[in-house]
Amino acid sequence: MPKKVISGNYAAAYAAKHARVEVVAAYPITPQTSIIEKIAEFIANGEVENLEYVPVESEHSAMAACIGASAAGARTFTATSAQGLALMHEMLHWAAGARLPVVMVDVNRAMAPPWSVWDDQTDSLAQRDTGWLQFYAENNQEVYDGVLMAFKIGEHEKVNLPVMVIESAFILSHTYDIVDMLEQEEVDEFLPPRKPLYSLTDFDNPFSIGALGTPADYYEFRYKIAKAMEEAKKIIKEVGKEFGEKFGRDYSQMIELYKTEDADIVFMGMGSLMGTVKEAVDIFRSEGYKVGAAKVRWFRPFPREELYELAKSVEGIAVLDRNFSFGQEGILFNEAKGILYNTDANPIMKNYIVGLGGRDLTVNDVRKIASNMKKIIEKGELDKEIDWYHLKR
Amino acid sequence: MEIPADVKKKLTIPAEEHFYAGHTACQGCGAALGLRYVLKAYGNKTIFTIPACCSTIIAGPWPYSAFNAPLFHTAFETTGAVIGGIEAALKAKGYKVKGEDGVMVVGWAGDGGTADIGLQALSGFLERGHDGLYIMYDNEAYMNTGIQRSSSTPYGAWTTNTPGGKKRFLERKPKKKVIDIVIAHKPAYAATASVAYPEDFMRKLKKAKTIKGPSFIQLFAPCPTGWRSPTDKTIELARLAVQTAYFPLFEYENGKYKLNMPSPKKEPKPLEEYLKLQGRFKYMTKEDMEILQEWVLREWEELKKKAEIFG
Ligand SMILES: Cc1ncc(C[n+]2csc(CCOP(=O)(O)OP(=O)(O)O)c2C)c(N)n1
Ligand code: SF4
Repeated sequence: MPKKVISGNYAAAYAAKHARVEVVAAYPITPQTSIIEKIAEFIANGEVENLEYVPVESEHSAMAACIGASAAGARTFTATSAQGLALMHEMLHWAAGARLPVVMVDVNRAMAPPWSVWDDQTDSLAQRDTGWLQFYAENNQEVYDGVLMAFKIGEHEKVNLPVMVIESAFILSHTYDIVDMLEQEEVDEFLPPRKPLYSLTDFDNPFSIGALGTPADYYEFRYKIAKAMEEAKKIIKEVGKEFGEKFGRDYSQMIELYKTEDADIVFMGMGSLMGTVKEAVDIFRSEGYKVGAAKVRWFRPFPREELYELAKSVEGIAVLDRNFSFGQEGILFNEAKGILYNTDANPIMKNYIVGLGGRDLTVNDVRKIASNMKKIIEKGELDKEIDWYHLKR
Repeated sequence: MEIPADVKKKLTIPAEEHFYAGHTACQGCGAALGLRYVLKAYGNKTIFTIPACCSTIIAGPWPYSAFNAPLFHTAFETTGAVIGGIEAALKAKGYKVKGEDGVMVVGWAGDGGTADIGLQALSGFLERGHDGLYIMYDNEAYMNTGIQRSSSTPYGAWTTNTPGGKKRFLERKPKKKVIDIVIAHKPAYAATASVAYPEDFMRKLKKAKTIKGPSFIQLFAPCPTGWRSPTDKTIELARLAVQTAYFPLFEYENGKYKLNMPSPKKEPKPLEEYLKLQGRFKYMTKEDMEILQEWVLREWEELKKKAEIFG
């Protein structure tokens, strides 16, 4: 298919269409809305077949309807943002617990109050423990590719878990960029129809899903999810590699490493802000600084092994968190530190809280962060562990 | 057990069981009886959805199921949305939904999961016109969490969070008329039913399977545990609720109301006959009983009028 200049939201909608989703249930919220509007348009124009769209009365019901549809064997998609995602929270557990590979795009948006429609990762990261896989897209292309891969990974018989594809509010959702879309036949070949492991339509062999799990069994159910998450790492890499071989964009790394081979300082973060960071890295490199970027693509399952490998070879990691866990620190920072604790990798790590609620992070900001990191490494000690970088003093 | 052919012929409801022994309801549970009838009516080409409520437990813990039909357990407030999603999936996948040989989609939720926390999802289900059936089994309180009030709990009833004490009882609101809220959506079909009248209930279930669009049945299902009533009085109570017009049987279809009372011309029995069989009303004074009696008769007159005007 030709390259198209489209928004991140349209990239998501086209990906859902190309994935031949069978049920979409969704509720409007800025800046997600244009995803479902576009899908509704596909239906209205007869561009899709066998797609049932359920315009529900809330996000809670959106996820509930997706769960029902997925349990009945359908390939199921939805999208939301911030308050909508928070309202779904209970049902996110349900989707994962019942092992239903629903795919959802979350457009990262700051939580209210105060009201904000701009970019912030706290909404999706607050869903960390629901059993959903989480893929953070850097640009519109990754939104499109991510959705297609999400179906293949989530529906894999060894995974069978829901997947969240995450894009930034406005920076991606409403910004137009070139997206290299695939031909329908290419997608069909990459992503055949869903073959559910079990379905409510199995009338000859009826069973119940989600019944009471007593202390004798509940524990094992949880372990199986934990195991599927571990297994998912392998599947993610396989699918990412296959995607690369077929379509030229390789996703086999769960942490995308950018110029880190000989780097002393690495900037680590997720989502669209890593575009800015990579640009900054190019500039600093041309000035002779050995810096690199590590873009965490998959936050769940977390690529512990890849992080460890990276941490072994660098002196300092600046973790850029567009989110915050109150009473503690940035969430990615918290995770990364925790993973390295029992290892021999021991770089200096500092947490920069950046971009909350859509505050811009510029190349110049990254420069300031870089020189601060440089000082810290030279001195061999942290000035402080958590830096609210943009704070107006 | 094989039923002799001549006996079978005389049965007014099917002999086949799809709700198996070994379920975990209390003795005399009205909800369990209701489930048995629904499964008899629809057989196993039916997808059930049950939210948090007594029936979650009644159906049995993993890996058991008392249902000979697929069953999805869901969150408390989601029944309407989940059955909508299941119906959408069936349509997308080309299944025939409803009709003689089609798949039946059934939501089975308590009064709490329907009248309170699940009302929004129910409203969405009705308004969007999904081809499914929502059954609210009405035991007039949250039984699964240990007998707390719901908005379907009647005036005067003791529950653990609206107890009757030395001085007063706390439940001072009349029963919410969920069926009226449902009818305000102009569904394809809405009806009340009682476990004491299985033929009537089965007929309504059949109707819901043939009619196009969303259907709703509010099934009166006594709960001996929560009502503090003898376990062998369930049917008597369910019958008295109808005979006193406390819970009249009727149908709504195409803007028309139809009463299905067993003896339509008979005046309602005094409500006291119904109340005195239950421990939950023992805190009521004569005056309180009169208040409730009055409410019942007023509602009954209103319903009769509707049946007259929109009959
Ligand atoms: C969101 C949520 N809040 C509360 C509960 C706890 N809960 C489980 S069942 C129930 C009451 C169910 O009452 P009802 O729907 O009337 O059915 P019954 O138990 O009487 O059969 C409650 C409050 C829950 N499961 N989920
Ligand atoms: S508490 Fe009531 S509704 Fe629940 S199982 Fe027992 S009798 Fe049935």
